[in-house]
Amino acid sequence: MKRLIVGSRMAPIAIVALMLAPVFAHAQVTAKPAAAAKAWTMPRTPDGHADLQGVYSNAQTIPVARPANLGSKEFYTEADRIASAQAAAARAGRTAANDPEGGALAVHYDTSQFGLGGPTVKRAASLRTSIITGPEGRVPALTPEAQKRGADRRAFQQEHQWDSAQTRPLGERCITWGFEGPPMMPVGYNSTLQIVQGQGTVAILQEMIHDVRIIPTDGRPHAPSVIRPWMGDSRGHWEGDTLVVETINYNPQVTIQGGIVSDAAKVTERFTRIDADTVQYQFTVDDPKTFVKPFSGEYNMIHIDGPIYEYACHEANYGMANNLSGARATEKK
Amino acid sequence: MQIQSGKSRSRWGTWLFVGMAGAALFSLAVMPTAAQAPAYKAPRTKDGKPNLNGIWQALNEANWDLRPHAASQGPVYSLGAAYSAPAGLGVVEGGEIPYKPEAAAKQKENYANRLKLDPEIKCYMGGVPRSTYMPYPFQIVQGTDTIMIVYEYAGAVRVVNMKAPTKAPADSWMGWSNGRWEGESLVVDVTSLNDQTWFDRAGNWHSDALHVIERYTAIGPDALQYEATIDDPKVFTRQWKISMPLYRRLEKNAQILEYKCVEFAEEVLYGHLRKQPIQGKGDSK
Repeated sequence: MKRLIVGSRMAPIAIVALMLAPVFAHAQVTAKPAAAAKAWTMPRTPDGHADLQGVYSNAQTIPVARPANLGSKEFYTEADRIASAQAAAARAGRTAANDPEGGALAVHYDTSQFGLGGPTVKRAASLRTSIITGPEGRVPALTPEAQKRGADRRAFQQEHQWDSAQTRPLGERCITWGFEGPPMMPVGYNSTLQIVQGQGTVAILQEMIHDVRIIPTDGRPHAPSVIRPWMGDSRGHWEGDTLVVETINYNPQVTIQGGIVSDAAKVTERFTRIDADTVQYQFTVDDPKTFVKPFSGEYNMIHIDGPIYEYACHEANYGMANNLSGARATEKK
Repeated sequence: MQIQSGKSRSRWGTWLFVGMAGAALFSLAVMPTAAQAPAYKAPRTKDGKPNLNGIWQALNEANWDLRPHAASQGPVYSLGAAYSAPAGLGVVEGGEIPYKPEAAAKQKENYANRLKLDPEIKCYMGGVPRSTYMPYPFQIVQGTDTIMIVYEYAGAVRVVNMKAPTKAPADSWMGWSNGRWEGESLVVDVTSLNDQTWFDRAGNWHSDALHVIERYTAIGPDALQYEATIDDPKVFTRQWKISMPLYRRLEKNAQILEYKCVEFAEEVLYGHLRKQPIQGKGDSK
């Protein structure tokens, strides 16, 4: 998988572009017939908690931020959905007619292998217009303090980006891609995760860089704040059938939705199984030193057969050595 | 055996019966906890399985060398006594690893070049069984159909499938784990491991034909007996086995902390490609 960024630093940008492309049309792929909604009871683990276990895709049909032209419209209508699906089908038809090779995408990526192709990735159906909820539907502005943090980092990176491995972006170093969260966000590819519930612990394995979140649910306090993990320090508890997870003490290099976090960052997540195949995921980011106000988001993750593949990112990070030796060679010219 | 007459057959038969009955009684007494351990029945999860949930860690010298070994100077002189190898009684049954001759030579070469070659130094995932006895804790998160084993070192993880065995989609660092319960023991069959990991800091190694069968058996409320049967016909002349106790981390609120470790391996991996060398980074040659 690491192959994706080997040889081309543009690749991640291309992936992000693909993510932003409207994929709403694929919602019908997994839209369930009404009949499936009949009698369903919450499955339970042997110790009586709601059973969230399984492998899920959190790939989405919806963008993080709401398209500006939709204003405060938080949901599409069913008519919107049908029109969008028809438009997408027409676009796909035109592409196929003009490019028998399968379109520009096919030249560069095996889209089914990397899970980039809409129809090859299972996505929960949704009529939401954005993952961020509320009338604005977008991440609030950064505080002046957070803007400075970002500007300082950009200035440093501008000057030192090729100095050493330690000055390369965290994703390229295989430390964190920034999507693992919390809040966990769809990545664009490898947007899969697996939940296992043990005694007093919920573990969530995200395929992206084989990151496992260990969430104690036994009421213990947070670890000392001098310990600042890349994914923060999470504690969970059950509110009825909802798993609620609070995370603090993020590594100060971590970015959440464009803001470099502060020591005040707190993220609250809620996991609720809503039917046989679906877990509703809700989150609130509260970091008053970084964002001018808290914001919340919501999406559904949908059961897939799996398995989760091992993403051995660092172990095969040929790109790092290649990039740095390229930089050293350029300096000699 | 040759049986000559009806009379002797019946006598043989009697002895055979007595022997089998004895063996059965013996195995009944010993089997549940696999060889070394006294009989112990673990507390159960709500679904009736031995409850292996918890944070565990080996407390031995196996990560330095699986075999019996004397104390020795570490490979980084500037670290002196802080990174030299303590002696160990060994965890290999019979003491010896049954290498083929050319494979034994490669181990010696690995050892001589361990500072360059040991995947642990590079923060590469530890593989199986090494991840179990590296000097870091790991956590067993015991679901019904899936058991996750999460290692502090390199944030490595294994997903143990407890349903009908499945086949690996590809080779990987941590392999493909199919598990089952055998009485008191969790038995995990591990295949599709790649050839990039080692067994220890002594350069003991394997190929991609490695097949490991692990047994985790509680021998008390706070200890497991761990056994791994190791088979790799490309490297060894026969199967061999390691075993050791694993201990529960009893600290209040013990948890797996983050040791992502990429950050600590970048200098050793990419330091030669730096623009400016780090001043006084210590001798690594």
